[in-house]
Amino acid sequence: MTDQISLTIDGHKRQVDADPRTPLLYVLHDELGLNSPHFGCGLGQCGACTVQIDGKPTRSCITPASNAVGKQVTTLAGLGTPEKPHPIQAAYIEEQTPQCGYCISGWMMTAAALLKEKPHPTDAEIRSALKGLKCRCGTHVAIIRAVKRAAAMNA
Amino acid sequence: MNALIPAASRRQLLQGAGALVVMAFAPLEGANAAESLADKSMHPAELDTWLAIGRDGQITAYLGKPDVAQGLEVAIAQIVAEELDVPVERVSIIISDTAQTVDQGGVSGSTGVQRGGVTMRNAAAEARRLLVEQAAVKLGADPDRLKVDNGVISVIGAPSRKTTYAALIKGGRFDAKLDWNGQYGNGLTATGKAKPKSPDQYRVVGTSPKRRDIPPKVFGKYAYAADYRPPGMLHGRVIRPPVAGAKPMAVDEASIARFPGAKVLRKANFLGVVAPREWDAVQAARVLKVTWSETPGAFVTSETLFDHIRETPALKREVVKTQGQVDEALKGAAKLVEAEYEWPYQSHASLGPGCAVADVRADGVTLWNPSQKTFATALGISKLLGRPVETIRSIYCQGPGSYGRNDAGDACADAAVLSSLCGKPVRVQGMRADGHGWDPKGAASIHRARAAIGADGKIVAYDYLSKGFTRMEVNTFENDPFDFLAGMELGFTHEPAATFGAPEDVYVIPHRRMAWETIPRMLAGPSPLRTSHLRDPLGPQIHFASESFIDECALAAGADPVAFRLAHIEDKRHRAVIEAAAKAAAWKPGPPGARRGGSGATLTGTGFAYANRGETIVAIVSEVEIDRASGRIWPRRFWVSHECGLVINPGTLKQVIEGNIVHGASRALFEEVSFDKDNVTSLDWNSYPILEIEDAPESIEVVLVNRKDLPPSGAGEPSTRPVAAAIANAVFDASGVRLRRIPFRRDRFKAALAKSA
Repeated sequence: MTDQISLTIDGHKRQVDADPRTPLLYVLHDELGLNSPHFGCGLGQCGACTVQIDGKPTRSCITPASNAVGKQVTTLAGLGTPEKPHPIQAAYIEEQTPQCGYCISGWMMTAAALLKEKPHPTDAEIRSALKGLKCRCGTHVAIIRAVKRAAAMNA
Repeated sequence: MNALIPAASRRQLLQGAGALVVMAFAPLEGANAAESLADKSMHPAELDTWLAIGRDGQITAYLGKPDVAQGLEVAIAQIVAEELDVPVERVSIIISDTAQTVDQGGVSGSTGVQRGGVTMRNAAAEARRLLVEQAAVKLGADPDRLKVDNGVISVIGAPSRKTTYAALIKGGRFDAKLDWNGQYGNGLTATGKAKPKSPDQYRVVGTSPKRRDIPPKVFGKYAYAADYRPPGMLHGRVIRPPVAGAKPMAVDEASIARFPGAKVLRKANFLGVVAPREWDAVQAARVLKVTWSETPGAFVTSETLFDHIRETPALKREVVKTQGQVDEALKGAAKLVEAEYEWPYQSHASLGPGCAVADVRADGVTLWNPSQKTFATALGISKLLGRPVETIRSIYCQGPGSYGRNDAGDACADAAVLSSLCGKPVRVQGMRADGHGWDPKGAASIHRARAAIGADGKIVAYDYLSKGFTRMEVNTFENDPFDFLAGMELGFTHEPAATFGAPEDVYVIPHRRMAWETIPRMLAGPSPLRTSHLRDPLGPQIHFASESFIDECALAAGADPVAFRLAHIEDKRHRAVIEAAAKAAAWKPGPPGARRGGSGATLTGTGFAYANRGETIVAIVSEVEIDRASGRIWPRRFWVSHECGLVINPGTLKQVIEGNIVHGASRALFEEVSFDKDNVTSLDWNSYPILEIEDAPESIEVVLVNRKDLPPSGAGEPSTRPVAAAIANAVFDASGVRLRRIPFRRDRFKAALAKSA
């Protein structure tokens, strides 16, 4: 059964008709037409679908849309813009980090949350925070470089 | 490869029957001389096919090869900008689209720059020559007295006498011919009268402008194939049998009645569902009640796979290389070294399961297609649907990273069949289990090597054999319906070509035999273990064996592995690359075991391996850290020297090499498809683990050996080739344990460590 669901996505109020149990990912991608995040596994194992809900990295493929009602949902598009990029976005461009980039919502949304909590993380803290995320193109070393570069921008 | 779509008939398509196909899209992209797609030159012998200059001076080049996000787009833009003497920002590239570009062979064998760049360079050089010639007339000066800078042509010494590309061409056509070699695909070459620049004149090639696809990706705007949403689109899911080879006998359509608009679509053994909402399609596919035929399991199990390969009589044997008297030389050997290596099936396991969108209409078909073979997919799907290929527009759109023939083409065929059955555009994306379970697999194999070490400490005789499943049970070019799962389910069959390989190397060894054997596939038809190309198709398997074995020979000879290799190599290019890696790593000479470090809980060691893939040569030094308690092998540092002729963009090249090293390490350390007699059982990231951030290297130092005097060769695959052997050799150096089976799983290695202690 569909219901009207009110969501706040990247600071904008949006209304959709959907079954409230629908995973948030499908609402974002199909009902609201966002190109990011992406479906990777539907199991919460890879992170390609990651958004922040009230600042917390969350796997949208296993999160019912109803869980996001009344909360702030942030996607990559809401993290920053070309004019005003988030440090992790600026660092990803500077370091030329992604290959295919299909997985980057997981890494970038998680790294952004880490940098907010720990503006200058150590290598071990970066690896620990990003644990469990998957990247098939093997850009892990470049990801660590980008997080460090973003941290340096936190000055 | 033959012409897939004759230019003339494609023109007819665009003007006539396929008008709807064209109208489904925005007007011609980029700064194009053609007013619309229907006017676009498509003949390889016409310069306008390859290049257009807009009224604003923006340059559009048309590349008939996809960019699988390895920086090909910007590299081609650099090549074009270089020849035209414009900044790279002025050049846009239209990528692989059967309606706009010519078939240059798809992504294939790391040939993006190596082959794809050749005609782009020639076309740009010819365009510059023609424009300078026109400028000479206009400015009343000899062409030799003109220079070009940023698209402005001026008289040397009289800068006020000038014109521009844009002013000369006025947004029109070149109407000039190129000399085309008559081939399509990788072999296509078209040449103008102009001589391209010599590398010492380069200003743009050899620099590192940034990739243009990265900003839209990091700001969440980039459209992958998964993000195309034609009006009226339905979401589809295909249901594949729990026991491979089983057929759907009965389907209870009422079992999905509760999902609004959900429909079962079935044809022969192909079974799918569509629904207006994706979540409904997902759930409907999950709960649909299907009665499958009783089918005995077709497979041995992953536990007995290597015995199966050993014991199964060969279907085909081929001796790739034979010289001298191998058997006699081995018999008389003072010292004989023998070893056997094993490599399991591996999954492409792209980060997202295959996803594509197809719109099959009465008057034309459009495919938003992430397959690496834009043109071949169109041909295969034309045969699958029984439609003329001229009515099919196949547009490459990036998908989750592909490193060969993954499940993208299968998703495209699934979408096309579903769309043809329901008459609406259909987007198909598999679930994770479809990706891991049903994507094509890298071939499983064993490799036997025997060598005789002579009194001089060098290899006198070398006998090498690969034995495994053919590398291409489905073709990497999807020219035929039997190359798609959907095609097989619709009844298309074929007998795959039996082909494997032996090491590519330049070792000078007097007596040698290099051979391969293939065994029959376990299941014909739609098999979850059907093989196809996975990054550097058989390179990692074959060179894991051969480069581990050279290390074993060095040990037997009591020699340093680097010096031992050099003692067998005369080729100066190869020697230079090997020496560059050893130098970068500050290689400490000594036989395997000599670099052992650590104590107690942790062991460290360093290994070396090298290989060439065609013209590209790669040498790797790997340093590992071993945790005795857990059996964890951490590939902590790599030093990589890489020679692929002329370097176009060192920045993106280094990134691509890093990715290859980590992907190679993941395959060596973690990856193995599990299966029982019925089906694949490693269906997610827990049962098919890959390398994650905690095991990522601390550093990968890349040394680019830039040979400006040599044409560029491939880089998308070669550096993955020696990774497994470099790690295995480092593990031996650290622990004295020789790893001969991929992957180097912790439990197995821990047991081996305990046994050796």
